[in-house]
Amino acid sequence: MENIANIFVKSIFVDNMIFAYFLGMCSYLAVSKNVKTSLGLGVAVIFVLTITLPVNYLLENYVLKEGALAWISPGLASLDLSYLAFILFIAVIAAMTQLVEMVVEKFTPSLYASLGIFLPLIAVNCAIMGGSLFMQQRAFNNIGEATSYALGSGVGWLLAIVGLAAIREKMEYSDVPKPLRGLGITFITVALMAIAFLAFSGLKI
Amino acid sequence: MSKLFSAKTKEVFLGPLSKNNPIGVQVLGICSALAVTAKLEPAIVMGLSVTIIVAFSNVIISLLRNTIPNRIRIIVQLVVVAALVTVVSEFLKAFAYDVSVQLSVYIGLIITNCILMGRLEAFAMSNKPWESFVDGLGNGFGYAIVLIIVAFFRELLGSGSLYGIRVIPQAVYDAGYMNNGLMLMPPMALIIVACVIWVHRSKNKDLQEK
Repeated sequence: MENIANIFVKSIFVDNMIFAYFLGMCSYLAVSKNVKTSLGLGVAVIFVLTITLPVNYLLENYVLKEGALAWISPGLASLDLSYLAFILFIAVIAAMTQLVEMVVEKFTPSLYASLGIFLPLIAVNCAIMGGSLFMQQRAFNNIGEATSYALGSGVGWLLAIVGLAAIREKMEYSDVPKPLRGLGITFITVALMAIAFLAFSGLKI
Repeated sequence: MSKLFSAKTKEVFLGPLSKNNPIGVQVLGICSALAVTAKLEPAIVMGLSVTIIVAFSNVIISLLRNTIPNRIRIIVQLVVVAALVTVVSEFLKAFAYDVSVQLSVYIGLIITNCILMGRLEAFAMSNKPWESFVDGLGNGFGYAIVLIIVAFFRELLGSGSLYGIRVIPQAVYDAGYMNNGLMLMPPMALIIVACVIWVHRSKNKDLQEK
């Protein structure tokens, strides 16, 4: 339990998807122009991340990893299918995004209307794929840890995008040198936020 | 030969190198650009891998463009890209293991690199294979150039070396010079990209945002 809480807090502040690994940067920069839409995208990312990561965790541990197929028959124990990981992970992510989109559309049309265009975009958000790949690399002990990592990373991503959107809304009124306007100053803002987040490194519960 | 390099193809190739640079102008593929640039070597390998993958996935999608049903095109594109990325990743593991360890998850993340999806959607789906190939090469090189510039400054100022070879002489250190450890931290990558964009846009005034 302690470990789960620790992973959660660490993935928000220390291993923040944006500030430590730059994952999901493209949509992060493109959608952070106002707080409301960025909140929508952030929620959608949490949603999809928390669903796909445990599924990929099961896939990794019961199908792909070396010896993972031993539960079917001992003869399969020597198989190592991990080279299939990229294709399977991305297929799961794309399929899950589609599924989530259909479920949300059917049961909560109001949420669907607000997430609308973002859901399909999420399939190609590096944060989702990155989450699965980091899960593979870090070899979590059980599915609880993997889920808490997914949730934490999602929340960290949401924090980062809402924070940047709030700053960008204010920045509309500032006098930025012409060549830096738009993209350039946004990069510098993100860098300053990332430096602030460096203060959390080493944080532990 | 003249048909292969018509004016349009040339434009398709040269555009992404500067005026239409994938990172500085189209804002595609930022994630990996920032993460792998602490040293020159992984940056160059990453640039090459992306170039190869963009070029070939562009060709494949362009060949298939009339047979892919519109509704499932994203999944088809993802699978083609994922297959190519797997090949490159296994190749790196076999022949350049150290670099592949340094690049860690970022090789896998080429799949979701927006340059790929962006070029496939915007170019390969509506153009012939040869032009798509050239477009892929152009965008790959445009991406690699920015990566190399960023990695050059980060490695030079952060560890005092280039491509793993020490370039700042010991005498300078003796005189009190120190490596700037912050250059190796993630935030400095953002600042250097911002500077690259700054210089690039001061030269090309038409790219400036209002």
